[in-house]
This record gives sequence, structure tokens and C-alpha cells, in this order.
Amino acid sequence: MDVLNLAHGSFYMIGAYTAYSVVLATHSFWLALLIAPLLLALVGGLLELVFFRRLYRHGHLAQVLLTFGFTLVFVDLIRSGYGPTTRSIAPPPSLGGAVHFLGATFSSYSLFVLGVAVVVGALLLAAWRRLRVGAVLRAGVADKEMAGLLGIDLARVFTLTFAFGAGLAGLAGVIAAPEFAIFPAMDASVLILALVVVVLGGLGSIEGAIVGAAVIGLGYVIGTTLFPQVALVLIFGLMAAVLVVRPTGLFGRR
Amino acid sequence: MDLSIRGLTVRFGAVAALSGVDLEVPAGGRRALIGPNGAGKTTLFDVIAGEQRPAAGTVALGGRDATALPPWQRARLGLGRTFQRSTLFAQLTVAENLALAVRARCRAGWRFWPVRDRELEREVADRLETAHLSGAARRRAGSLGHGEQRRLEIELALAAGPTALLLDEPMAGLSGAERTSAVERLRALPREVTLVIVEHDLDAVFALAERISVLDHGVKIADGTPAEVRADPRVQEVYLGTA
Amino acid sequence: MTVGRGRTLLLLALLVALASLPLWAPRFWIYIGTQALIFAIFAMSLDLLLGYAGLASFGHAAFYGVGAYACGLLALRHVDALIPLLLIGALASAAVAVPIGALSLRATGIYFLMLTLAFAQILWGLAVNWTSLTRGTDGLIGVPRPALPGAGALGFTLNERGPFFILCLAVAVLVFLLLEALTRSPFGRTLEGIRENERRMRALGFPTFRYRLAVFVVGGAIAGLAGSLAAMSNGFATPDLLYWTVSGLVLVAVVVGGSRSLVGPVLGAFLVLIAQLGLSTFVDRWELVLGALFIAFVLFLPRGLVGLVRRA
Repeated sequence: MDVLNLAHGSFYMIGAYTAYSVVLATHSFWLALLIAPLLLALVGGLLELVFFRRLYRHGHLAQVLLTFGFTLVFVDLIRSGYGPTTRSIAPPPSLGGAVHFLGATFSSYSLFVLGVAVVVGALLLAAWRRLRVGAVLRAGVADKEMAGLLGIDLARVFTLTFAFGAGLAGLAGVIAAPEFAIFPAMDASVLILALVVVVLGGLGSIEGAIVGAAVIGLGYVIGTTLFPQVALVLIFGLMAAVLVVRPTGLFGRR
Repeated sequence: MDLSIRGLTVRFGAVAALSGVDLEVPAGGRRALIGPNGAGKTTLFDVIAGEQRPAAGTVALGGRDATALPPWQRARLGLGRTFQRSTLFAQLTVAENLALAVRARCRAGWRFWPVRDRELEREVADRLETAHLSGAARRRAGSLGHGEQRRLEIELALAAGPTALLLDEPMAGLSGAERTSAVERLRALPREVTLVIVEHDLDAVFALAERISVLDHGVKIADGTPAEVRADPRVQEVYLGTA
Repeated sequence: MTVGRGRTLLLLALLVALASLPLWAPRFWIYIGTQALIFAIFAMSLDLLLGYAGLASFGHAAFYGVGAYACGLLALRHVDALIPLLLIGALASAAVAVPIGALSLRATGIYFLMLTLAFAQILWGLAVNWTSLTRGTDGLIGVPRPALPGAGALGFTLNERGPFFILCLAVAVLVFLLLEALTRSPFGRTLEGIRENERRMRALGFPTFRYRLAVFVVGGAIAGLAGSLAAMSNGFATPDLLYWTVSGLVLVAVVVGGSRSLVGPVLGAFLVLIAQLGLSTFVDRWELVLGALFIAFVLFLPRGLVGLVRRA
């Protein structure tokens, strides 16, 4: 929807911390998996209604600055609530084991993460193609008045999309929580990776984001295994290389 | 400068915007390019100017193959153009708009220190006079009325000193009197400047053009003197007949 | 024209107030003033890109950091001459800006913004991981300040806060005047033309890519100069200088002050620095307040402080 949201990493971070709190209070990972995305969708929807709505016509720079302000606020809120130390939660007991497959050992939880990623990706892709959400958003971005004439309530579509995106970020945060550490600077690292993925794949393309994520994920893992010192440099190099050849990303349109 | 376009094909996805278009305009020629909306006239200009890469075909400017040259190098060969929708330097003043074009001709963009250039100021003042824009010199180009913007549009292209000029609907949206003066301005150009004009106003076309080429659905269907084109049955069918 | 005179008067007043600062201000405020001046140079270099050339870089901290590291590395090799130490930062950053610009400038708008961000993060990763050169997260520590020839005879050194503050002020004024001239020069006008309408500039015969690359390198060099001063001022160069939040902070300074004015970013830099250092001294949750401040500015003053004056 042509909005650059630097606070998206914050949504992910808040998702992870919400999971931490819920697990601490109820000892149920599954409850966290339900609550965090809903909470984040609520937060995202509210932010869109109150703040972002006023900025669409001001262009990307205003959005960047506004959301940059929000990242500072969110990080500090989290730090004041939870302190600067690193937290962690255990994966749910049912997924605590290990699976042997093709002679290698995987933790059940990693497979669960993989499964969720595949399901979410597939659902998104299906919704994108079948429900014409993509077409509506693109129309809205390209020509607001025309979309309005076609009877599309753009304001509502934008709010819902934003809330949905925030909810997904929250979901990712919950799922990531048992696998990675939870700490106040986790928003930045994931945000940068997410931006790289999206840019690599091409903006406004779900297919692109999925392929981009796979490329970056693989690149990152291979990088950290083979050359741990320069893994990050490697993936940025990869992104730069792709953009030099295709300035709008792998699946991007002009 | 003469233009020689051979076998030009441009595709947008599956749609062919131009297919196998040839266009030969001799130095000093006055050519009009007409055709219904969507015929590919602006696309053809974009390819000649280097903004759009053709899938096939060649563009030669002044006998030199320019197919692979970027737009700015084609401009330096002497190619100028005006745009269909006035896309001036909206935030800059009218005088500064013209100064940019004059500097483009003198290749004076790489000077890093502000110096008063009286010669440039005099030329800008002269050109403002010619375009009847002297009173608006200090106004922002974006705040001009439509007629004034179109005059500045043409003067801007001329200030860069082209020897071949592509004019994309220079009369669009102008009143009758404004059209007359725009035609006069173009007729007053030195004989050696090549003109290619895309225009829907057929009075202007017949007043300016020696030869006319007709495009329809990306294909050139006719090419000849105004009388020949008028008489062409295919042209009457797709264009004049229905107009 | 009255706006121009008002601007000059404002600048002179600011200059006098600043130059006299070491005479009356408490040491803490001289320190803040020094940091703010360095940040102001940094912000002006970004305004050249953002305001005049229309290039919204979100990775400008890369050049600030590279400048700081270059200066620190040279100073730790027992070079103590002021001019070479200042220039090495600018040169190193210019050298880094050439490939980054050549790649990023192929994209425009939001892609350019993200590419610059990505390249800055690569350099940040290098600063953290290339430990043999940068000493990792600890950074270069104990960077000495340069000697000023003849200053000893007059009884002061750059190790004192007052003289170092004056040095930063002198560099800031010089940069301001240079950029002021540059933006009014034919080169500056050409950049404005490219910002307004790149396609038409190409059609007129300007090699627009080269112009954008040139200004990107100049902007990077000046940011590197600010980085040099930062390394001297702090006595260290750490990866934090290249982190993306620094790029965000300087962008906020430019926009909050008002871009395309050079004065605005200076005001913005002072505001941001005073807010940051002042708040962090007195308030625990200063980042929260700072963030809220930015949000308020973007919402209610989209043209920045200078916009207030311009409208009036």
C-alpha cells in the first residue's frame, strides 16, 4: 500500500514480548500465539487511524520520520517495562522434542516454524490472487479518487491492511520468541532483514517477498555457517547485486 | 539534423505499441505525425529521445546510430523535445527555467561557484521577451497559466539550441489566438532546424508541415504530402473520415 | 528580499551567540554546543542531498562513521596535524560514497532510501566484524586530538573545551559558506533542475546520473568531515556512529529544521542534540520523549522550523 513503516520491526518485537508475558502468566504458548497477533492488529489499526492516515499524501519521507519516531517510543516503552536484559521462552512442551529425518536431526519447533511460514505464505498468496486484495490496494495507491468512484471504501481497506500487516508481524514475533532471544534491539535487526527481503523481491509483490525471504534466509544461514563474520555483509551484497541488475527487485513492476 | 528511424518495434508486455515503424525526416524537414489516440505517437517520441528502449529497430540522428545512446547524449547531438503535458521545473522561476536550458547548451552545469553571467542573463531576457513572458520572469513556473506554461515549454526546448525538435501536442489546450502565435513562433525558426510535430489540431498541422506521417495502432499507414495524405483512403477510414 | 536579510541577521546573531559561548557558558553546555555543531555540519551535508538534490538518503551515517574511523586510525598512528586529520575523514568518506552512490542512485525514491540504508548497515556490520582494523564493538578508543601549530605559544590547546568548540564553529561556518555558494552555483541550479524534473534535464542534455553521483560524493565527504570532528571530540570511533538510528536522527534534524535552507538543518541539529543530551541527563525515558517529539513535529510542522518563518 505504498507506506514505508519503520515501526514494523517494533510490532515484531512487541509480539515477542507479549508472548513472553502471556507465557509467564498462563504457561500457554498457544494462547500467546492467539493473543499477540490480535493485540498487534489492534495497535496497528489504531496507529493507522490516528496517525498514518494523515500522512499518505505527504510522501515517503514523512512516513519514514513518523515511524522512526514510533520505533524510538516503542523500544523505550519495552525497555521501561521489561528492562534491557535478554529474555527467552521455551517452546511448547509438545514441540520440545527432536525429529530425525534424512539422517539429520531437527528440533520439532523448527519444523513447526517452517510449517507456519509455509501455511501463512500460501494463504497470503491465495488471498492476494483470489480476493483481488492486491488489485484493490494497487488501484487505491495509483488513483484514490478512481477507486472511490468504484465504490471501494479505501480508508477502511487501508486500515484493515495495516492492522493485518501488524498482526502478521506480531505472529512472527511470537513464533520467533522460542527460537531466538527476546531483547529490546531485536526490532532493528528484523526490520532491516525484512526491508532487504521486500526490496529484493520487489515492492508490492507477495510472490517476490516469499522468494526474497527464501533467498535471504538461505543466504543468511549459509553465510553464518561458512563465513560467520560477514554473513550480514553477504546478504546486503546479495541485495545490492540484485538491485543493480533489476532496480525494482526480482518481481517488481515499473 | 536529419532523423532516420528504421523498423522500430516497442512492446509493453504482450501489446505492441509500435511495430516496424520507419520514419525518414531530412535536415530542415517539417514533418507532422498524426493518428488517433493510442496510435503510438508519444511512444515513438520516447524512443527517438532515448527514454524508451525499442525491442527492435534503429534510430539514427544526423547520420549517426543513436540506438544505444542515453537521452542526454542524443540531446547533445542536437535533439530537443517538448512534452505533451507541461513538465516544467515547477518550483524554479521562469527565468531560472530558461537559464537551465541555456546552460545545457553551453555545457555550463559543472561550475561550482556562483558567478554572474551577463551573457546568459541577456539571452534569458531576450527569450522571455520572445515568448511574451518578461513580466513573469520571477514567478514560479508552476504558478503560470496554461497558455504561459505552453509558451515556456517551447522556449525551453528552443533555448537548448536543438537542430531537430520533437513537439508533442504543442497546441493542446490553447485558445485560437494562442494557437496562431504558437504557429508563428514555430514558423519563425531557422530553416535548418528539423521539426517533427505530433498534433491533433489539423489547422496547425497543415500550416506547419510539408509532409505528414500517419500512425494507427502502432503501424505507419501513410506517409506523404498533405494532399497525398488527405487523399489516402486508409487515412480517411481510420482518421480523417471519422473526424 | 526581506527574507534574505532576515536570514543573514539571524545567522549573524546565532554566530555571535555561539562564538561567545566559551566565555560564559557552563562546561556541560560547551560540550553540548560542540556536539551540536558537529551534528549541524553532518545535517547540512544531508540537506545538500535531500533539500537541493532531492535525494532522501537513509544511510548518511555511513559517511559520518567512515570519516570518524579514518580520522581515528590516522590519529592513532601518531599523526597530529589538524588539516590532514580533517581531510582524511572527508576523503575516506568520498571514496566510500563513490561505489555506494553508483549503485544506490540507479534506484529512485523509496528504493534509493532502502538501498542507502542497506549499504550503511553493511558498513556497520563491517565496523563490528572487521576487528583487526576497527577493534569490533569496542571501537577505536583513545583517539588523541590534533595539535594546532602556534597555539602552544598563545597558551591553549585543542584538548580544552573552549578552543575545540571554536574550531568546530570555524569548520561549521566554512562548510555553511561553501554549501551556500555551491547551491547558488550553476551546479547547484542543475541539481535543483534534476530534483524538479530529471526527465526534462536529460532531454535538455544533462548527464543527470553524473550530477547526482557528484553531489552524493560531496555530501558524503562533508559528512566524513563531521565524522572526523566527532572522532576528535569524543576521543573514540565506535560502530554506533554508523548505526541506522544515527541516519534517522540526522534526517529528523534536517526535516525538523526545514530542508532546502541550510539554516534549518543547523537549527534542527541543535534542537535534536539538545533534546537528546539534555533529556538523557534529566529524564530516564528520554528516547520515548524524543520519539514523541519527532512524531509531533512530523504531524504538526511538516515544513520544519524554517517553514514557520517562510509562511509568515
